[in-house]
Amino acid sequence: MQTNTMEKLLTEITNLPQTSEPRNAGIKLDLDWALSAQANTSAIERRCASLPARRSVKKSHQAAWLARALTCIDLTTLSGDDTAGRVRRLCAKAMQPARQDILDRIGLPDITTGAVCVYHDMVTTAVSTLKGSGIPVAAVSTGFPAGLSPLHLRIQEIQESVKAGASEIDIVISRRHVLTQNWHALYDEMVAFRLECGDAHVKAILATGELGSLRNVARASMICMMAGADFIKTSTGKESVNATLPVTLVMLRAIREYYNRTGYRVGYKPAGGISKAKDAITYLVLVKEELGDRWLRPDLFRFGASSLLGDIERQLEHHLTGAYSANHRHPIG
Amino acid sequence: MSIETIFETMDYGTAPEDSSEALNWITGQGGAVGSFIAGGWSKKRSDMLVNNPATGEKLADMTIATPGEVKAAVRAARKAQPDWAALGGPARARVLYAIARLMQKNARLLAVMETLDNGKPIRESRDIDIPLAIRHFYHHAGHAQLMPSALKDRIPLGVCGQIIPWNFPLLMLAWKIAPALAMGNTVVLKPAEFTPMTAMVFADICVKAGVPAGVVNIVTGDGTTGEALVAADVDKIAFTGSTDVGRIIQNATATSAKSLTLELGGKSPYIVFDDADIDSAIEGLVDAIWFNQGQVCCAGSRLLVHEAIANDFHTRLKARMDKLRIGNPLDKSIDVGAIVDPIQLAQIKKMVSENTAGETYHAQTPVPEGCFYPPTLITGLYAADTLMQEEIFGPVLVSTTFRTPSEAIEIANNTRYGLAATLWTENINLALDIAPKLAAGVVWVNATNLFDAAAGFGGVRESGFGREGGWEGLQAYTKPSQTRTILPDIVPFPGSGASQDAVDRTAKMYVGGKQVRPDGGYSQEIFDPTGQFLGHAPVANRKDVRNAVQAQSGCKWGNTTGHLRAQILYYIAENLSVRASEFANRIDQLMGGDSGAQEVEDAIDILFSYAAWADKLEGRAKSVPIRGVALAMREPIGRIAALCPDETPLLGMVAPMAAALSAGNTITLCVSQTFPLVATDFYHILETSDVPAGAVNILTGPQKDLAPHLGAHMDIESVWCLSSAKITFMVKEKASSNVKRCWQGALLDDHQSWLDAATEIKTIWIPYGE
Repeated sequence: MQTNTMEKLLTEITNLPQTSEPRNAGIKLDLDWALSAQANTSAIERRCASLPARRSVKKSHQAAWLARALTCIDLTTLSGDDTAGRVRRLCAKAMQPARQDILDRIGLPDITTGAVCVYHDMVTTAVSTLKGSGIPVAAVSTGFPAGLSPLHLRIQEIQESVKAGASEIDIVISRRHVLTQNWHALYDEMVAFRLECGDAHVKAILATGELGSLRNVARASMICMMAGADFIKTSTGKESVNATLPVTLVMLRAIREYYNRTGYRVGYKPAGGISKAKDAITYLVLVKEELGDRWLRPDLFRFGASSLLGDIERQLEHHLTGAYSANHRHPIG
Repeated sequence: MSIETIFETMDYGTAPEDSSEALNWITGQGGAVGSFIAGGWSKKRSDMLVNNPATGEKLADMTIATPGEVKAAVRAARKAQPDWAALGGPARARVLYAIARLMQKNARLLAVMETLDNGKPIRESRDIDIPLAIRHFYHHAGHAQLMPSALKDRIPLGVCGQIIPWNFPLLMLAWKIAPALAMGNTVVLKPAEFTPMTAMVFADICVKAGVPAGVVNIVTGDGTTGEALVAADVDKIAFTGSTDVGRIIQNATATSAKSLTLELGGKSPYIVFDDADIDSAIEGLVDAIWFNQGQVCCAGSRLLVHEAIANDFHTRLKARMDKLRIGNPLDKSIDVGAIVDPIQLAQIKKMVSENTAGETYHAQTPVPEGCFYPPTLITGLYAADTLMQEEIFGPVLVSTTFRTPSEAIEIANNTRYGLAATLWTENINLALDIAPKLAAGVVWVNATNLFDAAAGFGGVRESGFGREGGWEGLQAYTKPSQTRTILPDIVPFPGSGASQDAVDRTAKMYVGGKQVRPDGGYSQEIFDPTGQFLGHAPVANRKDVRNAVQAQSGCKWGNTTGHLRAQILYYIAENLSVRASEFANRIDQLMGGDSGAQEVEDAIDILFSYAAWADKLEGRAKSVPIRGVALAMREPIGRIAALCPDETPLLGMVAPMAAALSAGNTITLCVSQTFPLVATDFYHILETSDVPAGAVNILTGPQKDLAPHLGAHMDIESVWCLSSAKITFMVKEKASSNVKRCWQGALLDDHQSWLDAATEIKTIWIPYGE
C-alpha cells in the first residue's frame, strides 16, 4: 500500500511540468507599463521575414534541433469527435513519438513529446494512458475556444480538469476585455484562473488572431503575465489566423521585458498552423535569438501542433538515410 | 558533434555556402581579371592581387589598366555610342531585360563571388545586393522602353565614366550602368581595386545578353586608373565613394564641361523618439550600422536617442549586439562578415582607439582572427566629439541624447554630410514633421536602409549631388535636347563725362532687404554705347558676398507656402509692369538698340510663369515593393548664388531669381557686370513687392572678383554660372569646398530644367501597417 502510494506520488511528481524555474507569481497590475507597449507592424514583419535567412541549421544540427522541437510538442487533439480510443492512440504516439530505430540512431532513444493536449472530457483517459510516462496532460479550458460561457462555469471547468489530473491548463482569455480595453477585467479574470489552477501550470491563450493589432497582443501578453500566467499562448487553433511569426516576435519581446523587470521566466506556446519541420526550426531560432537558450526547453516552450510531428519524423529519417521519406513509414498518432 | 550533444547545447553549427562554382569561374578566366573593352577581354596582367578578406587568400591576379588602356576603352565607348542611342529605347529595353534575366539566372554565382571578394555575409549578397541589382536592370529596361514617350525632350549625355566603391560592388555597378544604358549612353566603368570580381562576371553576362561591343567597358585598376578615366574624353563622370576622392574629382573636372554626379560619404543620424517601438528600433540598428559591417555610405551611424529612454535603450541594444554572430561570411548564419581589407580594418581600429570620449562597448560575441571587427557602440558622445562628426565606415555606432524634437533636428543636422536619416516614432504627426526638416536626401521612418530602383537615392551637402534610381535618376544621364548657348561677355563701353541727372543718383546694392554701399567703397563708371556717362555702380567684394549669404541664411523663405510665393512673384511682375517703360528705356540706354520693351515684357512673363509653378512643384509617391509609400518630395536647394549674363541684363537676373524663389530658395544675384544699372533700379521693385529681407540680394561689380568667393563659400549650396565660361571655371575650381552644385542654366522657356536645378528630391520612406 505504502509502495503504491509512493508510486502514485512519484507519478504525480513526474507528471508535473519538469522545471527548475521559480514559477511566475505575477505582480500587481501595472497599467502604465503594460500600456506603454508599442509594436510597429512593418518593422516586426521585416524582422520576421529576414529571420529564416539569417540562421541556417543543417545536418546533425538540424536533426538535433528537430528532436528538440519534438520534445516541445503539445501533441493535440481538440475535435468534437474525439473518443477515448482516439486519445489513447495519441498518447501512445506521445510516448513513442518516432520509430524507435530512428530515435536510437540519433542517440535520443527516450525522448517524448512535451505534453498531450485534450478537452476536459478526455483528461482522465489521457492521464491514465500516460501514467508513468512523465508526460503531462494539458486540458484546454474556460469555455475553449470562445471563452464566452459564464465565468463561474469557466472557473469550475478548471477545477474539474485539475481534479481529473491535468497538470497544465490552457485557458482562453476574454477577447472582449482586450477589444474594449477593459484591462482590469482581463487581469482579474486571469488572476482568478491562475488561482484555480493551483499547482497546475496555466497557459493563457490570447487568441491573437482576434485581438485586432500587434499592440493589443503586446498589451494582453503583459497583463496576463502580470496576472501570473506560466505560459502565454497564441491561439486556440480555431481562429482564422493562428500562430504567426510577427505575433510570436511581439509575445517573445513581452516575455523578455517581463523577465528583465521581474526575474520570472514565462513560457511561450505558438499554436495552430505550424505543421512543417522547417517552420518549427524558424520558431526555435526566433526564441533562441530573442529570449535565449534557456527557453528552448519544454518547461518554457511548446508547440501546439498535431501534424508537425509527422514532418519531423520524415526529416529525421531523411537525415539518417539521405533519402526523402514517406508518410506511411511513420506510425500515426 | 553528436546529435545528443547538440540537442543539449542547441548550437547553430556551421552552414557554409559552397564556393566552388565561383572559384571555378575564376579559374576559367585564367585566374586573372582585367579590362573588358569593346566587347572583349584585354590582355590580363598580375599588377596586383585580389584577396578574399575573410581568409586573406588570393582570389585572382588583377590588371591595373594603364592610361592608354583607359583611353582605348573610352574610344570604344565613343565609337559605340551613336549606334546605341540610335537603336532606340525599346531595342535598348530588350538588352537591359536580357541582362536582368541573365543576372537572375546567375544569381547565386554573383552572390557567392561578391561575398568572396568583399567579405559581406552571404545572406546580404544573396538576399539584398544581387536582387536589388537585378531589380535595377528590370526597372531601367522599363525606362528605356518609355524614354521615347516619357522623356521626349531629353537626349543621352554620350560617354559616361563611372567609378564605383567596394562596399556594394555589383549593386553600385547596376546603379551606374542601368540608367546610363537605358538612356542611350555608353559607359566605361571602373570597379574598386578591392572588389573587381562581380564586374567581371557582369562583363561576361553583357556578352551573352547581346550588349553591342563598346557599349559597356570595364577597366580594372586602382586610383591611377580612376584618375585616367576622370581625365579622359568622357561627357560625364559618375562617382560613388569617399568625400575626399569626390572633391579631387570635382576639382579635376572643374575646367571641363563634363557633367558630374557624386554620391559620397555620410554620418547619418538615427533618431529614436520616446514613443518608438524600442525593440524594433534596435533591430533597425542591426540593419543600419551592422549591415555590411557598417561599410555603408548611408549607414545610420549616429544614434540620437531621447534622454528619457536612453539608458533602457542602450541596455537592450547591448544585449542585442551580443547576439550578433561574426565570422565566415559564406556561412548562412553569420550577421557580420569580414572588413573589406586590412587597410580599412586598421583605419577603423585607429579611429576607435584614438577616441577617449564616452564609453566604448564591444559586442560580447566571439570575433575570429583576421580581418574582423566586433560590433561596437560608443555612448555618451556629444556633437563636439570627433566620432560624432567623422565617418568611420565600420561597425561602430556612436550615440548621444536629445531632449526635444527640435533639439533632435538640430543635432541631426549638425554635420557636413546629408545623405540619409532614420527616425523612429509611433506618432505620425511627429514623423511627418521631422522628416522634411532633416538635411538628408533619404529619410526612413520606422525603418532603415530600404532601397529600390524606383526610389531616388543621393545626398545633400558634402554627401554629394545627383540622384540614382527612379525618374529623378534619369536626369543624371540625360540632358535637354536643346541647350542654352553661352555668349561671350560684352565688353563695357568706354566713355567720359558727367552725370546728366538733375540730382546725383547713387545706385547701391541690395542685401538683407536694405540698400547697401559696397564694403570696399569702390564704384565703377557705366557708360552708354555712345560714351555718355550713365551712373556709378558699386563694386562688390568678398565681404559683400559674405553679407549677402548671411542674409540668405536668416531668411525663412523656404518655409513659406507655394501660394504665398506665387503671390509675391505676381506682385513683382505687377510692379515691374507699372514701371515697364522706365526699365525698357534703361535697357535701351545701357545697351543701345530698342530691345528693352520686349525684354521687360519677357521678364514679366517669366515672373508669371514661375509664380504659376510655385504651387505646382509636386513630388511623387513612388511605387516601391513594400507596404508603404516612398515619397519623392521636391525640396528647395537652399541658398543659391547666380552669376548673371550680360546679353539680357534684366531677364538674365529675373529668370534665375524667379525660378529660385518659386521653388523656395533664396538667391544672391551677381548681376550683369556690364549693365548693372538695370539691377540697381530693380531693387526698388523688390522693396515694394513684399519680398522678405534676404530672399533676394543683388551684388554688382566684376564677376571675376566674386566668382572664386561664391565657389568657395561653404554656406552656398549651388552656384548658377550663367555668364561666361571663364567665370564658370573660376567657380567650379573652388566648388569642392563643400561639394557645391554648379549649374550652367538652360533655355529660358525650359522651366522644368530650371526648377530641377532649384530643387532636390528627398525620398521619404514610410512603411505602414497596423
